[in-house]
Formats: sequence, structure tokens, C-alpha cells
Amino acid sequence: MGTLKKYDVLVIGGGHAGCEAALASARMGLSTCLFTMNLDTIAQMSCNPAIGGLAKGHLVREIDALGGEMAKVTDRAGIQFRMLNKSKGPAVWSLRAQADRVLYRLAMRSVIEDQENLDIKQATIEEILAGGGNIKGVRTSLGAVYEALCVIVTTGTFLKGLMHVGQESFEAGRAGEFPSVGLSGSLAGLGLRLGRLKTGTPPRLDARTIDFSKTDPQQGDDPPVPFSYSTTTIENPQLPCFITYTNSETHRIIRENIGLSAMYSGKIKGIGPRYCPSIEDKVVRFFDRDRHQVFLEPEGLRTKEYYANGISTSLPFEVQVDLVRTIPGLEQAEIMRPAYAIEYDFVFPTQLRHSLETKATGGLFLAGQINGTSGYEEAAAQGLMAGINAALKIKGRGPLVLGRHEAYIGVLIDDLVTKGTNEPYRMFTSRAEYRLLLRHDNADMRLMEKGREIGLLGGEAYCRFVEKREKVGAEMRRLRSSRLKPEAINGALRDLGTSPVSEDISLEQLLKRPEVSYALIRGHAPSVAELGQEIEQQVEIQVKYEGYIARQVEMAERLKKLEGKQIPEDIDYRALPGISKEILSKLEEIRPANIGQAGRIQGMTPAALSLIMVAVGKRKKTS
Amino acid sequence: MNLPDDTIAAISTPIGQGGIGIVRLSGPEAVAIAGKIFAPAGKRKLSSARSFTVLYGRVVDPAGRQEIDEALVTLMRGPRSYTREDVVEINCHGGMVAVRRVLDTALSAGARLAEPGEFTKRAFLNGRISLAQAEAVMDLISARTEESMRIAGEQLRGRLSGELGRLRESLVGLCANVEAHIDFPEEEIEPETIAEIAVRIAAVKADLERLSKTFDEARFFREGLSVAIVGRPNVGKSSLLNALLKRDRAIVTEVPGTTRDTIEEYLNIEGLPVRIVDTAGIRHTDEAVEREGIRRSLDALDAADYAVVVLDGSEPLREEDLELLKRVRERTAVIAINKSDLKQRISREEPVFQGKDLIGISAARGEGIEELKSVLLQANLRDWKEEREGPVVTNIRHKQALDKSAAALGRAAGVLASAGHLELLAIELREAADSLGEITGAITTDEILNRIFADFCIGK
Repeated sequence: MGTLKKYDVLVIGGGHAGCEAALASARMGLSTCLFTMNLDTIAQMSCNPAIGGLAKGHLVREIDALGGEMAKVTDRAGIQFRMLNKSKGPAVWSLRAQADRVLYRLAMRSVIEDQENLDIKQATIEEILAGGGNIKGVRTSLGAVYEALCVIVTTGTFLKGLMHVGQESFEAGRAGEFPSVGLSGSLAGLGLRLGRLKTGTPPRLDARTIDFSKTDPQQGDDPPVPFSYSTTTIENPQLPCFITYTNSETHRIIRENIGLSAMYSGKIKGIGPRYCPSIEDKVVRFFDRDRHQVFLEPEGLRTKEYYANGISTSLPFEVQVDLVRTIPGLEQAEIMRPAYAIEYDFVFPTQLRHSLETKATGGLFLAGQINGTSGYEEAAAQGLMAGINAALKIKGRGPLVLGRHEAYIGVLIDDLVTKGTNEPYRMFTSRAEYRLLLRHDNADMRLMEKGREIGLLGGEAYCRFVEKREKVGAEMRRLRSSRLKPEAINGALRDLGTSPVSEDISLEQLLKRPEVSYALIRGHAPSVAELGQEIEQQVEIQVKYEGYIARQVEMAERLKKLEGKQIPEDIDYRALPGISKEILSKLEEIRPANIGQAGRIQGMTPAALSLIMVAVGKRKKTS
Repeated sequence: MNLPDDTIAAISTPIGQGGIGIVRLSGPEAVAIAGKIFAPAGKRKLSSARSFTVLYGRVVDPAGRQEIDEALVTLMRGPRSYTREDVVEINCHGGMVAVRRVLDTALSAGARLAEPGEFTKRAFLNGRISLAQAEAVMDLISARTEESMRIAGEQLRGRLSGELGRLRESLVGLCANVEAHIDFPEEEIEPETIAEIAVRIAAVKADLERLSKTFDEARFFREGLSVAIVGRPNVGKSSLLNALLKRDRAIVTEVPGTTRDTIEEYLNIEGLPVRIVDTAGIRHTDEAVEREGIRRSLDALDAADYAVVVLDGSEPLREEDLELLKRVRERTAVIAINKSDLKQRISREEPVFQGKDLIGISAARGEGIEELKSVLLQANLRDWKEEREGPVVTNIRHKQALDKSAAALGRAAGVLASAGHLELLAIELREAADSLGEITGAITTDEILNRIFADFCIGK
């Protein structure tokens, strides 16, 4: 069969990465086609029905600030919103939403169908076509060929997916879906090195068989805070989650049947995530714990299905039934979908550039779980960046690479391409060196300018941001220049249990005190203009954190200096004397773009780094 | 940067000490060069010998086939050698002249004379030893006396490394604890109370500070204890210096560019390097040049770790003596009353002597000198000896890293005390960890995450 059609960009896979990639490319004006094996599962949430959480919520905000879609769709599908870590400082607050699985899928699909320049097609891609080191197009299982300048592969867990329930295993991409078998070989044929990972999900239960009175309900925030800077209100009714616990009887059943677990019988070869262990793993490794939490999360507004978060397992189905029924509230519970573990192929992400383009084949981009990550948010963030960078490449512009000091997205991609991963990679705030700079509240300040510049962020969102930025700036200036007399404020200070002042004090100095909140400023020296909670909070954070923020900015400046020292792509690491084999092989695979990145390669020594610097310096002199 | 693509050679035993000398070669040509100058007694050639074998034979001049010395040659093939390069060590006996001739022969056969510390530098560049070890070795190379050797040697053997490793583990644990609370707010993590974290922080900080303090305590083992000999003219300072140096003279250095009025000499008292500053006599004078000399003497006195005030016992105390004694009242000093062989005209009960060690000596006859040395050693080592069972920091870079780490923990304690937010505490703890990581190897996020997953059951 000859070529059916030519596109600028093809996206293989309609999950969270694929959707963002396709939308970004199309919105940047490029003709784009999204291929999915099943049109009805576009943007399917295949694991827990929730978006966000620590660090992940930050990623969603960043996606929104750059002009991505995930935050907006979550706001439309969200049925519970909670700001986590409220007892700690605002830098580590993070939003999480429970989402209606069906609403999410449909909302994203309608956005995609309404998008100009974007076609969607149900097809299984069997082969990636390339020649001369550059991408040419793809071939479907029916033999159709589509040509393109760039191809973005976002196949999630589908590459040679193998599901396990106890001793049973099936080839599958997800429960009830076919895997993608041919594509792995095609990627390997392009010279990419593949590995194998594992992840798992818990059983889904029938709400009609759950006694919720034996569990603790957990309500969301009221009013709910939305993810997107563009969302004003959350329309959906809000639902609680429910918490219950395993007990010694649960643990006894698990121990007695441990040999039947696909995980423990040696059937599974892939490496699973340590932060999301199966219940059998928790019981074995933390044998002294007498209980583990189980969160019962609603799958949606119009379904009785509940997701039993915390008891992911690869035990046989009948053991799953037994262990579930030991848990308070679940004594009569019926499992609607069994828990399973799934193994899948991934590509070692050190073979990618920061743009997410493969080093081996120009125009071939990879994003999402195929790069060894886990999580919808990590996938969407990569999809967005791959879509942006494919579009920029076709437009002849340099890639958008976010620094570790600019965004969690920058931390995510830099970790992947510099350190690689051996387990499904999940974002944590502790991975960010500049956590105080990368707050969820200032994602717009950090990234909207960039989103606007590449042509992805809409004019309306940008205008609102500019207005906010101006108001914040004006209020900061006012706080610095306005002063209060002691007699005007000392009463209030005494009431707060903080020491009174003897001279005039600036509003900024006042707000710096831990006991003083912006409400006090509002009460004693209000701004002329009505600021609103968002701006007040922004001002308060900037004032209270000022010293620490300045320290992190200084650290970030030092990093930027190192990242400014470029390493030529064709440098011959073998010519460097005295570099150990281990470091040499890493350098040759990763090919760091600059000295800053080279320093982050695991096992890098100061001596090796100085040898590289010497070699780069020498080249500069001779050229 | 000097890149190790040639073969270096050097005498690797201290000059003028011991009956055996070692010439060490390292580099790609080490075996070939040694093969040219070594004739084994047996059939096995050096080039075909296995690693870690010792061959007996003669060192010969490759040109004249003239025998230079009997020798044992040890072969260590890279990478399992000190520098990770091929290393050959030629053990010869027969003193300095022979060792030097062996080296010269090796150099004429194609080796290059190594720069000071170059073997260690190569070991470091080739990833054989860490920066901390390299620096300890550098200190070892420049160690002046046996006690410094002992300290440097312990560091090399890992006593300090062990202690640093323990501190590092504590910091990783603290970081993991705080980070777990930040990143996993919904997990059932045993809540460690603020008070418990504060106690742990204080304990690590105290350990860091104690270790850092050993640097100052060990300083005189590195740099030598400086002792100023002061007194008015003609009380016998120079005789005392000569008496002190008579048997213990190790290195004599006239420090150029200081002043011809103060002379520094090194001596070795039971392994303690002592730098003695002999000063110009101190007296009242209107003469400009002499006044300048006296000023410098007083400066030297102030700068020294310890003072020996020399008095002439055969004469009553003069005003100049009293002024000098007043000057040393608040500092560690010993008073040596010289000329004990003459009739004594100074009472030992003088109030100005109160609280100071008094020793009668005769510099001319060499009497009381051993007692003076012993007082000198005791006064400076009393506290030190009791404590030096533990590891000692001998490198300034290490001390600075320890101080930075302790300071960050101090700020962390401040954050806790003011009920500050956990993420600010985390920043200080990370900084403490990063500072210590400058000595021990970086503490990475992955390491902290590993600890979190090992210590806490995470997994909603």
C-alpha cells in the first residue's frame, strides 16, 4: 500500500502523553494525526481515578501554564479536590483531585475532536519507518503508510504488555485491551535499547457490597481549588473517599499464599516501583506493621465502582476475594475487576535528548511510560514537551528545554535523560533542588511567558497572568514603601502574641513575622485596589520566604553558569586519558549537553569532570 | 593538567632513613623500563612475570651492563595497583647513594622523574582513591615526623572515613525523615516529634563540631608547634637553642625573608615537630635598628604557641625580665632559669613566677635540657593525648566542610526552635548533607529516597 497521507506530526498512542503531544503540535499550527488502538479509551485513566498529589500536582499546574490541557480537563471531571500538606509551608502544598474516569475521558476526547489541524484514527502502528538517521513515517497493522516529519511514540504499558493475576498471565496492554507487539521490535531495530518494567493495580469493588459505615469518610476541600489558572469554578458535585485498614487476618492470608503471587513466584521479571508496592510487598517487608491503609476512591458520579487504593496485588483472584473480605467494611465486598500486575517494555531514557527526541533517529520523539516513568502527570508533562519540541523542530526553532530551577518538568526530563531509571520513575518534591522556587502557586509566573512565546498559551490566559503579575508587583512595592506607626499596630501585635515595635515599621517587615498574616495588613493598611485571595497569597509567600528564595536563586545561578558551558556533541570521550570504563560508557550514551549535566551523571568524579573541561577548553583553543 | 601518558619514577622512601630504599615506577612503560635495568637471577623475565610477584636479581646499567645493586623487584600490573597503572618497585639496599644511582639509571632508560605527589595524583585521576584519601596521602607525603605519619596513616586506613561515614548516614536518615513527611503526607509514617528531630540534629552537630575541633588540636602535628625563646640579651638563649638542637636536630631552616634577628629551627621531641624561634634579646634601647629587632621578637612571642622565657639565674631580676614575665603571664610559657652551675640569685618564690613551670638549666653544660623538653611536651600534649584515641581531621578542606555542615545544622535547629516550616528545615538539612558530601562523596536524592523506601512503608 502506498502512502495514504502526509502529516507534519504523528502521535502513536492516545493516553495522557499522546493527548498533550497531539494538542500541542496541532495548536502550534502543524498538521497532526493521533493514532490509538481504541478510540473509546482516549485519555483513559488506567490506574487510580485521581490526578495530582505531591509534586504531581505541581506538574499539572506547569502543564497548564505552558498551555497544556490536563488541568482544565481535571477541573471538568473532578469530583473531589484536596490541597495536600496544608499544615506545612506553601512551597510544598499540592493539589489532588479525584476524577470521574468517564467524564475525564469524554472531556479530553471532545477537546481533541474540536481541535483544528488534528485528526484522530483508530489504528495499530506496527512499524516506524526511518532512513538515513531520520524519521519517515509509520505503517499500520493493516499496511497503511503515513508519512510525517516527526513521530511521537506514547505507547504507555502497551509494548509487549504481559498481565499477571496469580499464576495466570495474558498478553494485554491493559485489562481487556490488546498489547502492541510489533512496535517494540521496530524501536529496537532503530537501535534503541529496551528494558522491562512492572506496575500493578488493586481490585475494583462494587459499592453496593461495601459497608461504608465501618470506614472513615474523607471529604474534599470546600470550596474546591481548581487546577487550571483558567478555571473559575468547579461544577461537579463533590464526593468523599473512605479510609479503612488491613489487619492481621489480611496479612495472614497474604503470607500463606505468597507463593502464588506472580511477584513472589518469580514469574515477573520487570522491576516495580518501590513507592507503590503491592500489598504482599508491604506485608513482607514491613512485617511488624499491624495494618495498612486502604483508600476507597469513587470511580465516578454515575458508577458503583470503587478503586481500593493500597492493596495492589498480583495474587490469584480467589485470594484477592479472601483478603479483601477481611477488611472492615469490605466483609461482603464483590470484586468487579480483579487486581493485576503488568509487565511492559520501556526504552532506556538516557537515549533521549532533553527535547525528548531520540539521539539515534532525528524526528522520533518518545514520551510517557515508554520512557520508564509512571503516573498520568509525568506522562502528560512529557507528551506536552515532545509535542512542543516536535513542532519547534519542524518550524526550524531550537527546542524548549526547561531548567531544573524552572520547573518540575525540567527536573523530570533532566533526571530521565541524565540518570535514566531502573524502576518506574515518579516525581517527588525531594527530587527538586530548588523546591522553594518551584511552587504550585507560581507555575504561571515561571512558565506562562514561555507558553506564550512558543505560541501555545492562549491570549486570554496570558492577559489574566499579566494583570496578576502587575498587581503582585505593585503590592510588593507598596508593602516596602508604606509604614505603620507603633500606636497603629502595637495593639494588634500584642493580640497575636508577638513583640510590639517602638518605631515605624514597613508593611513588608511586619508581614515577615511568622505570626503575622496578610489579613493583618488588609485590616490595618488595606491596598486601594481589591486584590483577591490569589494575589494576597502570592505576596505573602514572596515576603515570608524571601531569604530562602534568595538563597535558592543564588544556587540556581551557579547551576546556570555550569549549564552554560556547552560540550560539543561530537567530543571523543575515548581520547580522554584516565577515565574509568564505567564513566566512559555513561558519557558515550548520555552525551551530556553541558558541564552542569555531566556533573549530574551518576558516578561522575571531580577528576573526570575536570578532564572533560580540559578537553572542551583545548578544542575551543584549537578551533 | 598533567595527563598520565608517560612513565614516572621516584625514590619512594624518605631520604636518609632506613637501610632499604625503594625506587617506584608507574605508567605504561614501567615494566619495559624496569626490564631494561634489571637482570633477574632466575629464568623468569620481568616482562613475563605475573602481577604481585617478587623477583630477585641485580640492577644493571643498560649501557655498560655494569652492576649497580642487588635488588628485589615487585611487579603490580594495572589496574590492580596503587595508581591503576603498571607499577614496578625496585627495593635496593646500600643506602642513599645506591638508591640514587638506581633512580638515575631508570631515568636514563626512559622514565621521567615524578613530581611530588604525582603517584597519588594518578591514583586519584584514575579513580583508585577518593579525593579525601588523596589529600590524606598528600599530607602523609609532607608529614614531617612520626606522629603526623600516625595521624595521616589512620586517616588513610579509614578511621576518619569510618567516622565521616557514620555522620553521613545520620544526615541521610534525618533528610529522609523530613522528606518523607513532605512527600508522603497521607502515609502512616510514625510521627517523629519535633523534639526527637531536634535531639538528633543536636547530636550530629556536636559530633561534627568535635571532629572539626580535632583539626586545631592536631595542627601542631601538621605544622609543628611554634615555640619562642625569649629573654633579654646574654641570658643564654642561643646556648639553649644549641643545647636543644644537639641531639634532635632534624631539619635546619633559615627562613628567608623574615628577619636576620629571628631564626627558626626545627627539632623533634618524641615525634612532635617543634619550630623554635630564637629571638633577638629584649631590652630598652634608643637605637633604631635594635628597636626594630626587639619589636619583631615581641611579635614572634605573640605569634608562638608556647614561650620559653630565659632568665640569667646568676643575676637578680631586672626590670626588662619583669616586663617580659608580665607579658607572658596570661599565656602558656615555661620559665627556664639558666646558668644553674653558677651561684643562684633569683628566688623561686618570686610572685611573678606564680602559675608557671620553673626549670633550672645550664645551657652550657646541657643540664636540665631533657626536663625542659618534657615540660614542653607535657604542657602541649596533656589534653591532646587523652583525646586522641578518636579520629583526627588533618586537612583544612575537611575542616571547612565539617564547619559548614555544622553551621547548616545550627540553622536547622533554629528553624525547629521557631516552629518554622518543614520545607525550610529540609533546606538546611540538605545543605548540611551537601557540605559533608564534599568530603565523603555527594549525598544524592536517590540515596535519600532509598532510605525513605527502606525505612517507611510508602504506598498509597
